[in-house]
Amino acid sequence: MKFSLSWLKEHLETSASLDDIVATMVAVGLEVEEVENPEERLAAFTIGEVLAAEKHTDADKLKVCRVATKDGEKQIVCGAPNARKGIKIAYAPVGAYVPGIDVTLKKAKIRGVESFGMMCSAREMEMGDDHDGIIEAPAEANVGDPIAGWLGANDPVIDFEVTPNRPDTNGVGGVARDLAAAGLGKLITPQPKAIKGAFESPQKIVLDFPEAAKDACPAFAGCYIRGVKNGPSPQWLQDKLRAIGLRPINALADVTNYIAYDRARPLHVYDADKLKGDIRARLGGKGEGFLGLDGKSYEADETMCVIADDSGVLGLGGILGGEDTGCSERTTNVFVECAYFDPLRTAKTGRKTGINTDARYRFERGVDPEFVVPGIELAVSIILDICGGAPSNIELAGEIPSADKTVLFPPSEVKRLTGMDVAPEECERILAALGFKVAKSDPWQVEVPSWRPDVGGKADLVEEVARIVGFDSLPMATLPLHNAVEMPKLSIAQDRRRLARRALAAHGMLEAVTWSFIDERHAALFLSANQLRSQGLILANPIASDLGAMRPSILPNLLAALQRNADRGRSDLALFEVAPQYAGDQPDEQMMMATGARMSDPSRHWQAAGAKADVFVVKADALIALQAAGAPVASLQTTNDAPPYFHPGRSGVLRLGRNPLAFFGEVHPRVLKAMGVDGPVHGFEVFLDMIPEGKRKPTKTKPALNASELLPLTRDFAFVVDDAIAAETLLKAVRGAEKHLIADVTLFDVYQGKGVPEGKKSLAVEVEIQPREKTMTDEEIDAVSARIVSQVVKATGGALRT
Amino acid sequence: MSDIEKLENDLVVRIDAASTEAALEEVRVAALGKKGVVSERMKTLGKMSPEERKEMGPALNGLKTRIAEAIDAKKAMLEEAALDARLALERVDVTLPATALPKGKIHPVSQAFEEIAAIFSAMGFDIAEGPDIEDDFHNFTALNFPPDHPAREMHDTFFFEPKEDGSRQVLRTHTSPVQIRTMMSQKPPIRIIIPGRTFRCDSDQTHTPMFHQVEGLVIDRETHMGHLKGTLEAFAKAFFEVDNVGTRFRPHFFPFTEPSAEMDIQYERVGEEVRFGQGSDWMEILGCGMVHPNVLKNCGLDPDEYQGFAFGMGVDRLAMLKYGIPDLRDFFAADARWLEHYGFDPLDQPNLATGLSR
Repeated sequence: MKFSLSWLKEHLETSASLDDIVATMVAVGLEVEEVENPEERLAAFTIGEVLAAEKHTDADKLKVCRVATKDGEKQIVCGAPNARKGIKIAYAPVGAYVPGIDVTLKKAKIRGVESFGMMCSAREMEMGDDHDGIIEAPAEANVGDPIAGWLGANDPVIDFEVTPNRPDTNGVGGVARDLAAAGLGKLITPQPKAIKGAFESPQKIVLDFPEAAKDACPAFAGCYIRGVKNGPSPQWLQDKLRAIGLRPINALADVTNYIAYDRARPLHVYDADKLKGDIRARLGGKGEGFLGLDGKSYEADETMCVIADDSGVLGLGGILGGEDTGCSERTTNVFVECAYFDPLRTAKTGRKTGINTDARYRFERGVDPEFVVPGIELAVSIILDICGGAPSNIELAGEIPSADKTVLFPPSEVKRLTGMDVAPEECERILAALGFKVAKSDPWQVEVPSWRPDVGGKADLVEEVARIVGFDSLPMATLPLHNAVEMPKLSIAQDRRRLARRALAAHGMLEAVTWSFIDERHAALFLSANQLRSQGLILANPIASDLGAMRPSILPNLLAALQRNADRGRSDLALFEVAPQYAGDQPDEQMMMATGARMSDPSRHWQAAGAKADVFVVKADALIALQAAGAPVASLQTTNDAPPYFHPGRSGVLRLGRNPLAFFGEVHPRVLKAMGVDGPVHGFEVFLDMIPEGKRKPTKTKPALNASELLPLTRDFAFVVDDAIAAETLLKAVRGAEKHLIADVTLFDVYQGKGVPEGKKSLAVEVEIQPREKTMTDEEIDAVSARIVSQVVKATGGALRT
Repeated sequence: MSDIEKLENDLVVRIDAASTEAALEEVRVAALGKKGVVSERMKTLGKMSPEERKEMGPALNGLKTRIAEAIDAKKAMLEEAALDARLALERVDVTLPATALPKGKIHPVSQAFEEIAAIFSAMGFDIAEGPDIEDDFHNFTALNFPPDHPAREMHDTFFFEPKEDGSRQVLRTHTSPVQIRTMMSQKPPIRIIIPGRTFRCDSDQTHTPMFHQVEGLVIDRETHMGHLKGTLEAFAKAFFEVDNVGTRFRPHFFPFTEPSAEMDIQYERVGEEVRFGQGSDWMEILGCGMVHPNVLKNCGLDPDEYQGFAFGMGVDRLAMLKYGIPDLRDFFAADARWLEHYGFDPLDQPNLATGLSR
């Protein structure tokens, strides 16, 4: 919302400076976004006088002028046809920035003649569109004066943010009221004069709503004016509108725009001769269309409040008028509408139709219902002033909706909620200045003004008092400590994320943060399209068509990211993300993951390239994250039933009992192809929420170290087993053979080929045997070995390799 | 010169002349071996008279000891020389590049979350969380956004497809629904921060459709706006790691707080750097206020009995400000160059004892 300083002063008698006004607006909650002060913007331009203007010897259209300036007499070459002796002009010295042509002036030589500065046109100074010649200041202007004052460009424009709770500040009068309450001056908003009509309005108004929708337009005031003369509005009105960025149209339209910004009160003016029969506010019918003032066709429906006549819908109440009944220069009889439209219905209609107008903006936030009649009186009186004509009596259909609200307000609430000490007299003064009526019973009874739909309770009044006193007066207080030293604050789940994240980064991977939504087609590679839909994971209004589904896995985000990096030449990269993925739209269907992916293309190094990622590297990644997050990794089992987006033969699941804690493996080439990713890529997905929470121990004591004094010994075994036998089965059998004595088992060779029958493989393990009480005899060691062999044979059906 | 002296001189010359361990061994065998010259001479002691033996015994033993020592000394010398020679051959160009080890980094958003958590933990705040996909009640209605109210349009909301009953889930537009979930499930006093992902259908240089917030909520019987001011100012000072930080509270509007405010912090731009606690410009960093009585009521709390404040701030934006990261969109692009440049060493775990950052 914009207004000019002079406009404000029509409502506020003040001697405050622009800076004070802006600072006070900010302090009371009217957040100023921009102040455009033409004096500052035009500070570089000063009045000069052309002392002589001779034709340039080498150019027909150029003149060489001698100009009196604040910097003394200057020679300036100028191409303007009106550059002539004796005129006062806008002088820009060398070094000045000329915004309209985006140039900082330098000393120049034009067709061989030196030129020191510039004489500017309106467009060059961004003061208007005129570029037919240089701007001419009044003859009485003094050389050296800033031009702003002499060219009527000294009215600063303030742009501020109107918060949805303050519809009253959509009018300059509302801003003035806040400033007056804050002590910046006196509120002098003029009251509209009553209109004395000479006749009954020939134009009848009908409110035609079913009982349930009566609130759509409860009040509609109208006034018929005969014999107006429409045309361009007077200069003062045009200037006002232009200053705040509105385009003057004609007097009738300009008056309605003026009142919308002056009093936050939208109006509409019909060409009365184009109306057929009664004017009717009613609900729309399916398929009823109309041509809007903006030249576009719209269709109403049965939820919308329309304004209609016998010919059909003319426009949408409170949103947009119709082209067919609009005013033109030939209009002579008009009908002025000033109605109250329901904010909610207006908002819904506005959203449905997508029409954004100043009227909609104001009605959906709530206009002052008490200002329906004063609003039309103000409009009619200005129209009569500008366009002449004879008004009818003002006709009011329906009833002004009651805005009566009284809040019980103990002034001690100010201290309770803000900690500020504000004297009751000051509270009363502030509330009264803002238009509240205070009855000092106990508690106070505060009547809320009709233009403040946002105020309904004690806390709202506290805010009114506090913001006018100013938040600078808030005391500084510290929250009391509950504990001298605070206890840990992260939950186990939160801490797991931190630990997994730090472990993976320490392991050399880069942490990424990516969107929770992805391309639906990519999502469908991880959870079927039907399931995405039935689980409620499809967005109705995605920001882009390729961000339409909540991700059922983080892998597609990382795959896409790896490829983007590869396209920039970075094809050896390990990324991870610790973040949610979504199995459905319910709170318990959001899963916290630690997911990573590796695209492996080790760069050349003089020591020979590093190892390429494979399924065992990502298995290690998963284990690192699991271990950091507190999973009992020694108890995990590996199964080969990872989801189908992994390579069926090179992927696995890490399970605790039956519960999957992680997937890992090579990403399925079909998935990579569908996403346009160059493979191979290996990935892992750790389900952090699936890790069981360990029991809280009553002590931090660690178990005693059981380190034997006796030297451990190692024995190697090689077994020939069926190709299908899982190494984990064999390792488990070895470990279980003599749990007390076997300290460690390392699988050091997997062999297939010569010496091993077809369909079989040889697995070789080194077993570390740790004697416990005493050194072991050869017989005892042999007994352990025999037990290992028999256990493996039993578990795998294989045999010791000979 | 006695016979023994001559023998000794002769042997010493040969020991000195031995240039390899093998040659030295030959000398040792020739002198001290079973049939070596010294050993042969020792054997003659048996045939000597007691007087002769008394004289020759010590002499020969002395000879044997000195020769053995001379050989050992020479041997040690030869070993040293051999080691030196080997090491000389083993020389490498140590200016060759070190073994390549991958370096991981922590994303600035994670780092900033941990910094914020460290500060508020010290002020007694617990950390609460909630789901990204919310229902209308928790995201709007309970937070005093009436249905169809224009305030809802301040939030460019992502909606899901409607369900059969007409309801539809939303992506939470703020972390505030967790306020509701907390107040409905736990009795005051409440002192929490709520970090998490938030979503708005908006995209330009300073807005991304997904971003991160930290929400704060304090509910008890006495906390007022002065506590809010003190808490947030202390936070700003600790987070930006400056001795002083100028703050300014301005009235604003949020449906779920009353009175509502925005907090600005004082800053100055020096070249590319943003410096806090100096200069004359103000930058908005968060929204806050006293929890609206309707919100308390919606959660079953009596607003005449309980009161407190709430605040919400953008984590990405705070990280941008503190660490001078220019473009919000880059946070989510997973560009390795960006992650390596703006990311943090995994060993940099924020805590207040060491300072939040290096």
